[in-house]
Amino acid sequence: MENFLQQLINGITLGSIYGLIAIGYTMVFGIIGMVNFAHGDVFMVSAFIALIIFLALTQLLGVSSIYVAIFIVLLASMLLTSLWNWTIERVAYRPLRGSFRLAPLISAIGMSIFLMNFVQAVQGPRNKPLPPMFNEVIHVTSGGAFDVTLAYKQIIIVAVTAVLLAGFWYLVQKTPLGRAQRAVEQDRRMAALLGIDVDRTVSITFVMGAALAAVAGTLYLVNYGVVSFSDGFTPGVKAFTAAVLGGIGSIPGAVLGGLMIGLIETLWAAYVSNDYKNVAAFSVLIIVLIFMPSGLLGKPEVEKV
Amino acid sequence: MRWLSDPLLTVDHLSMHFGGIRAVSDLSFTAGRRDITALIGPNGAGKTTVFNCITGFYKPTSGRLAFAREGLAELDDVAAITRSARRHARMASGDIYLLERMPDFQIARQARVARTFQNIRLFSGMTVLENLIVAQHNILMRASGFTILGLLGLPPYRTREAEAVKTATYWLERIGLLPRADDPAGDLPYGDQRRLEIARAMCTDPVLLCLDEPAAGLNPRESAELTKLLCAIRDDHGTSVLLIEHDMSVVMNISDHIVVLDHGVKISDGASDFVRDDPNVIAAYLGVPGDDTTAEQRA
Repeated sequence: MENFLQQLINGITLGSIYGLIAIGYTMVFGIIGMVNFAHGDVFMVSAFIALIIFLALTQLLGVSSIYVAIFIVLLASMLLTSLWNWTIERVAYRPLRGSFRLAPLISAIGMSIFLMNFVQAVQGPRNKPLPPMFNEVIHVTSGGAFDVTLAYKQIIIVAVTAVLLAGFWYLVQKTPLGRAQRAVEQDRRMAALLGIDVDRTVSITFVMGAALAAVAGTLYLVNYGVVSFSDGFTPGVKAFTAAVLGGIGSIPGAVLGGLMIGLIETLWAAYVSNDYKNVAAFSVLIIVLIFMPSGLLGKPEVEKV
Repeated sequence: MRWLSDPLLTVDHLSMHFGGIRAVSDLSFTAGRRDITALIGPNGAGKTTVFNCITGFYKPTSGRLAFAREGLAELDDVAAITRSARRHARMASGDIYLLERMPDFQIARQARVARTFQNIRLFSGMTVLENLIVAQHNILMRASGFTILGLLGLPPYRTREAEAVKTATYWLERIGLLPRADDPAGDLPYGDQRRLEIARAMCTDPVLLCLDEPAAGLNPRESAELTKLLCAIRDDHGTSVLLIEHDMSVVMNISDHIVVLDHGVKISDGASDFVRDDPNVIAAYLGVPGDDTTAEQRA
């Protein structure tokens, strides 16, 4: 029982991070029908940006409050990562819009390899550590086989995720920008005829996806304390799996999918085999694609005439 | 004869070729300010192609589409803009746009040309009201300080949003769909969706409204309502209308000016009485004895 509760806490924490990344996949797919395979690497880049800014703040500028530091890191990382993704869209994807369907996909894979190699070249191939922080834990239960603990950083991760998702949901549902995004998603040409700048709306979508990936990257760094150039790939593909599981194109679906993948992974690791936890997550991708291609909350693809 | 004395849109030598197919060749006509101008012709005459050129979906192979948004454009002015690389100029008489040089969203946003399609293209996942609000995107976007002020819910944005809802409500009342404002647009019956599309186009506050077969598939009662709505758009709102329509009862009833196309070429141009009796038009629609190709065009 204690074990299950502990795994549940860990799974939700991990799932929050996957959910944040998955939103980037699902939004980009929704708006231009493309799987942005570089998204996982954008997430990795954001973790590096967060690491560098954190070290600069604490060691060069001598910011002593860790909460202030993390807050600044979060904002700066969101900003810089957004700039990265905006540039990537302009350079690698926009010129290929209207080209054949596979072109932007290939370009995205190329961009993914570029980002990975770039970070490897400038930051070195080894894991980069962050000094441990937020190590305090709350003992949820005690006296059993072992104490179930809830780390401060886990609370921070889940809380930041929840707040951001609420804000983000409001943005998409209630603001003119969100309405424009939904309009472009449904009928790009008609949206343009109503005066909506489609290219800009697509750019903003990439920026928003990147900002959420940057939050995920920062939280990932806080949670694990290390990051390496290859860390974008596996979480990226898992987040993609989460987006597919939730129904690609659906934002609530991405979050739900993220939480489920996080739970499946941790529970599998705890009860079945730690070595095969990635196999479990990716089996989900295969099973969903075969039996439920439109996912949990997705709408089945309707042929437009 | 406002299409001669005060043209809003002047189409000059417009050609649109797709490979070897000449969908429209060397077409010239004008659409008068506050006129309902009908573009008619047998199937495949190139009417929708003309619309696609005007609204920026196609870049014409050649030709000019001069749009004098506020008032009569001097020919010299238009010629001067044409020679320059510009797409827009502000003259004493008002703004002049060369539509063939503009991307689609700017034709909608700056020149203020709106359009509907032959098939229904509502945002079916959004509510009826949202469809009309999204059409006011640009004003709202500016008022929301490109989303930042809007996120904070500051008063200027709140006011502007309330106005947008008011405009939408006005049009919903006009087309009799107010009770269904919060239903998904895709759930409306066909005839209501068609009217909602016109209302949505009107919410962009257009100077020129291009309607591609708005009466297609409507029953006689609905067609009569549509006729009334179009006249109101012209008379009450001062919006000029460019209309593609096969339903001759609608066309002959409301058009101030009719342009007839056949095989991408203009064959007649004038008021409805003139066009109705024009032998060229009769030949194109009914065929001439011994000419099988035109007879096949009749449908």
